[in-house]
Amino acid sequence: MTAIRPFPDAAREGLANPQLRANLARATGTIRDKRRTVVEETPDWEELREAGRAIKARTLAALDEHLLVLERAVESAGGQVWWARDAAEANEAVARIARGHGVTEIVKVKSLTTDELGLNEYLAGQGIDAVETDLAELILQLDGDWSSHILVPALHRNRHEIAELFRRTIDREVGDEPAALAEAARTYLRKKFLAARMGVSGANFLVAETGTAVVVESEGNGRMCTTLPAVLVTVAGIEKVVPRWDDLEVFLQHLPRSSTGERMNPYTSLWSGTRAGEGPSEFHLVLVDNGRTRVLADEVGRGALACIRCSACLNVCPVYERTGGHAYGSIYPGPIGAILTPQLVGIENAATLPYASSLCGACYEACPVKIDIPDILVHLRGRAVEAGTEPASERVAMRGLAHTFASRRAYESAQRLGRGALRLVPWARVGPLRAWGRARDLPSREPRTFRGWWRAR
Amino acid sequence: MRVTLFVPCYADTLAPNAAIATVTILERLGHEVVYPEEQTCCGQVHGNSGYFREALRLAERFVDVFADADLVVAPSASCVGTVRHLYARLARRAGKVELAERFEALGARVFELSEALTGPLAPGDAESFFPHRVTYHPTCHSLRALRVGDAPLRLLEAVEGIELVPLRRAEECCGFGGTFAVKNADTSAAMLADKVAAIEATGAEACVAVDGSCLLQIGGGLARSGSGVQALHLAEVLAGARSE
Repeated sequence: MTAIRPFPDAAREGLANPQLRANLARATGTIRDKRRTVVEETPDWEELREAGRAIKARTLAALDEHLLVLERAVESAGGQVWWARDAAEANEAVARIARGHGVTEIVKVKSLTTDELGLNEYLAGQGIDAVETDLAELILQLDGDWSSHILVPALHRNRHEIAELFRRTIDREVGDEPAALAEAARTYLRKKFLAARMGVSGANFLVAETGTAVVVESEGNGRMCTTLPAVLVTVAGIEKVVPRWDDLEVFLQHLPRSSTGERMNPYTSLWSGTRAGEGPSEFHLVLVDNGRTRVLADEVGRGALACIRCSACLNVCPVYERTGGHAYGSIYPGPIGAILTPQLVGIENAATLPYASSLCGACYEACPVKIDIPDILVHLRGRAVEAGTEPASERVAMRGLAHTFASRRAYESAQRLGRGALRLVPWARVGPLRAWGRARDLPSREPRTFRGWWRAR
Repeated sequence: MRVTLFVPCYADTLAPNAAIATVTILERLGHEVVYPEEQTCCGQVHGNSGYFREALRLAERFVDVFADADLVVAPSASCVGTVRHLYARLARRAGKVELAERFEALGARVFELSEALTGPLAPGDAESFFPHRVTYHPTCHSLRALRVGDAPLRLLEAVEGIELVPLRRAEECCGFGGTFAVKNADTSAAMLADKVAAIEATGAEACVAVDGSCLLQIGGGLARSGSGVQALHLAEVLAGARSE
C-alpha cells in the first residue's frame, strides 16, 4: 500500500485556488441550508439518528451472521454471490463475469466502492471499457479527473469548465447552458445504455433477509444501468448490509435529507435476484472486504463503518470547505475520509489525516447515524503516536511538557523561563510557532501570571 | 457558595485577565473563591494529540488536586470538556474502570463559567456594566461538547449598556484546534481569515467568547489585521462595572 500525500502539503493547492474556494463555499453553503430546512422540519430527527446508529451498531456486531443470511437470500432469489478479500479479487470477479459473456463495454452507475477498488482501470487493462453514467462521474471520467465530494463528485468544476470539456469530448456544438449540457450527456449516454450488455452498480444498502440491493440516486440513469443490460453486477462493501427490510424505513428518511437536502429521494431502485422476463437475466453480487474486517476489529474505529455516504459531514466541515476533497488523498474525502482512509490503508500510510481537523464537532452533529467522528479522530491520533508516525521532536516536546506539568515546582519555573523567552526570542520567526506567526500575532506579554496575581492580592 | 477555581495553564501563563475577571465576578456575587496552587494543566493538549499515557497521568493528578472540591469552575469550555468527557473515555479504553468512575464523579462537579453562572450558581446579579458594541463567537467546545446553548448570550444580554450584534456564520470554528493550528497552519489561517472578516463586518468593538485558547487565535488574527477589535473573554465583560 502506498502512502497518501501528507494532508498539509496537499491542502495548500486547494487553499491557493480562489476559484475552487469560491465553488466550494457556494456549493456547500447551498446544500447546508437545504439540509438544515428539511432536518428542522422533522420532529423525530434525533430519534431517527439514534435508530440509524443503533441498527448499524447492532449489525456490525454480528456482521458475519448477517452476511451469511444475505448470501442465502440472494442465491435463493436467483443471484450469485462472490466474496472478495481485496481489490484484486473484486476486480477480477467483475472481469471474469464480463469475459464469460464476451463483453467489452459496460455501463456503470456511480459506485464509490468500485472507485476505491480501481475497477475501471483494471477493466481497461483487460480491454473492457467502463462508462460512468452518473452525470458528475461522466464529467470526471471524460476529463481523467477524480472525485472531490462523495455526493457531488464534480463539485470542484463549474459549468463553463464542463461545457468546454463536453465540446472537446462528446458534442462539439454544445453551449454553456445547464439544459444543453444535460441534453448532450443524455444523448451520449442513451446510446451507451441501449448497446450495453452488462451493467455494474454499487449499493447503498443490502437487505439480508430479502437479498435486496438498494441504489439511491437522483438522475434515473442508475435505473437504466440496473434494468437494461442482460447481466447486472453489484459491487458493495460488506458493511452495507442491514438485517431487515423494515430497517430501510429509517435510512430512506434520513439519507436524502442529509445528502441532497430533499425530503424524498427521486430514484430509489430495489431488486432481489432475477425474475423471468423482467430486467437482467443474471445477477451477481460481489461482497468486498478490502480492509473492512480490520476496521471492524477496532472497537472505537469501527464506528466509521456505519457511514451511509450521505456527505453531510463534508458540507459542514470548515476544513473541507477550504481545502477541497482532493487534499484527503482518497475517494473518501472530508471528516469521514479522515477516519476511514487511515483504517483502510493502514495508519502509517495516512497518518496526517486524523490531524486534518480542528475537532470542532460539526461533523458529529450533522451525521445521520451519529458517528462520533471527533472521538475516532482522537483515537486514531493515539494509534499514529503509537505507530511512531509523528516527528521525534514532537514526542520529546510532549513528554517534556507532561513532565513539567507533573509537578507544581517544575511548572512554575517553566512559567518563569517561558515568559522570559517570550520576551527575548522572536518566536514569530523560529521554531514551531513560526507557522503561528505567519497569520497571527502572539499574545502581548501580560505583566503577571494568574497565580502571581493571586498570591500578591 | 465555596467555588474552587480551575485556571487553564495557558490562561495562567499567557492571558491571566480572564481568570482574574472570573474571581472578580464570583466574589461580587458573594461566593468564596479557592484556588489550589498545586494545579498545573488538565492534559488536553496531550489527550487531543494522541499522547494518551501522558494525558492519563495528568488526569490522575488533576483529580487528586481537586478531590475535595464541591464545585469547580473554569473560564474555558475545552478544558472542562476534557475533564468531563475525555478523562473517563481514556481511562476506560486503558481498562481502568475504577479510575474512569472517579473521573466521572469529578466531571459532574466541574463547570464552565457560563454554565456555572446560569446553573448551580444562579441566580445573582453581578451588576455588570459594559457600554460597548460586542459580538459573540460561540466556541466549538462550548457549543457542541458542553452544549452550553445560549447561556453566555443570556449573560451578555443582562449586561447594562452593552450592544450585542450578531455574527455571520457564528457557529463555524475559528480554526484554532490546539495542535491543528501548528500542524495545519495554512488551513487554520484560512479559517481564521474568514472568522476575522466576519467579526470586522459586524462593526463591533470586541468579540467575546468563553474559551481563552480560541481567543488567542482570534485575538492574534484581529491584531494582525490591525482593525483594533478586541478579543475578550466573557468574564472580562461581566467584570465590567460602573464604578471603576
